[in-house]
Amino acid sequence: MTAEIVGTYATSLFLLIGSGFALVGAIGLLKFNDSMSRMHAPTKVGTAGIGMLLLASIVHSSLLGETSIHELLIMAFLFVTAPISANFIAKVNIHQKACETPPDPPRDETWSTLNVPDSDPDPDPANQ
Amino acid sequence: MTAASGFMEIALIVAFATLALGQILSIVRLVLGPTSGDRILALDTMVINALGLVVVMGIRHGVQIYFEVSLLIAMLGFVSTVALARFILRGDIIE
Repeated sequence: MTAEIVGTYATSLFLLIGSGFALVGAIGLLKFNDSMSRMHAPTKVGTAGIGMLLLASIVHSSLLGETSIHELLIMAFLFVTAPISANFIAKVNIHQKACETPPDPPRDETWSTLNVPDSDPDPDPANQ
Repeated sequence: MTAASGFMEIALIVAFATLALGQILSIVRLVLGPTSGDRILALDTMVINALGLVVVMGIRHGVQIYFEVSLLIAMLGFVSTVALARFILRGDIIE
């Protein structure tokens, strides 16, 4: 009986913490000033919040007597893919010059996402 | 109803409301933009928050079928984010 009460309180606590983290991520997405700072809020805090919600789901399922740890699969998937999508969005920001262009890499002339090959036509129609 | 289950009811309602508020804030960023990178990011955040809503709904109903739904949402969200970003970077999704 006591374990049940402790589990219920733990589930509620994980739910509150997780949804709070998700909200903080969304507020960061809205409030920050430039694209690169906006990117860091939801990709990290939001993922941590969802991890907390999935933890609440695990605790709750063990409370009902049918323990499932499938949620760990979603957690692992999210934790692996969130940095990859953040990296892609950062590349989009660099490509569109929506942020300060980073200094040139040490060995190459420019970043590959900014590089225009010689064989490509000029993208600006005024120069053709 | 014991004190613990009453607390959990309140926690579920608060979690639903908080996640919905997060969705609304993401929609505001989706509309404001200003760059397409921000819009992709807002869509990605909305997918993650929708996943959270489905998980909370599964806890509320005490059913296991919501697991498959959330796994599908997670995978489709990642693939669509990468596809959108690739379309802007390369002008094509599959070259």
